[in-house]
Amino acid sequence: MIDAIDRAIIEATQAGLPLVAEPYAAVAKQVGVAPEEVTRRIERMLENGLIRRIGAVPNHYKLGFRGNGMSVWDVPDRKVERYGRLVGELEFVSHAYHRPRHLPLWPYNLFAMVHGRNRVEVMEKVERIAELLGEDDRGHEVLFSTRILKKTGFRLPPLPPTTAKS
Amino acid sequence: MDDIDRQIINRLQGGFPVSERPYREAAAWFGLDEAELIRRLRRLLDDGYLSRFGPMYHAEKLGGGLSLCAMAVPEEKFEQVAGQVNAFPEVAHNYARDHQLNMWFVLATETPERIDEVVEEIERTTGYRVYNMPKQKEFYVGLRFQV
Repeated sequence: MIDAIDRAIIEATQAGLPLVAEPYAAVAKQVGVAPEEVTRRIERMLENGLIRRIGAVPNHYKLGFRGNGMSVWDVPDRKVERYGRLVGELEFVSHAYHRPRHLPLWPYNLFAMVHGRNRVEVMEKVERIAELLGEDDRGHEVLFSTRILKKTGFRLPPLPPTTAKS
Repeated sequence: MDDIDRQIINRLQGGFPVSERPYREAAAWFGLDEAELIRRLRRLLDDGYLSRFGPMYHAEKLGGGLSLCAMAVPEEKFEQVAGQVNAFPEVAHNYARDHQLNMWFVLATETPERIDEVVEEIERTTGYRVYNMPKQKEFYVGLRFQV
């Protein structure tokens, strides 16, 4: 799906886009291809979703959103997709996921990261989700992080095997 | 941070141009010139208001494996197990959370198959069960988070 040039572009931009007037040309120089080749490939990666978006990643905590709660919900499986979309669209929810239950300990199948200035604000927002789900909210909890134990970047997967031609 | 910084954060969470002079194009949205936008972005990054500026890649679509895992670790063993779990290079983030499942980490592996192997290795190393919760569906809207 990605070749060596895509991979080189990904590696060159994983930490960020260069803050220079012609950033894609700078990446091209680093990768060793023409600037148009880089913009063409980045546009293609945007189209097929390999790149989600290009822009700024805000640091919620630094911007004053210090209450970040992982809210987890037990909703009927046949409605999880609809509720996931509804909850995911709320402006205070950054990510929503359908994940598997692990009964009996873990009955929750919908996760939504809720951001607020503090825990009280997060809990108010969680209540808004609860109202949205109504009686299909068969139980929920909010897990606050108490400590970061590790935080590193993601690793790039290996190159796809090259088809050897003899 | 002034009002223009806020506008930049709110507006530039996606849709950055792919063109020869993208900063010049984007700067015009805020009535700035190219150099001023670059200067402000650099400052927002340096001061930590932005954690990153650039393309956001989709890990699974790049061929890797990604999963959220949780463990229930007794308090007296917590530090020891955290050290064992963190020693796995596949563990990208690890958070302590206030719940019976008190350790939550993200596994990022080079192949999807490797997730299950690492889960088993962590269980063998620590002696505690790992609850693997890979996403079955993602509801992602993208542009958000207004300051």
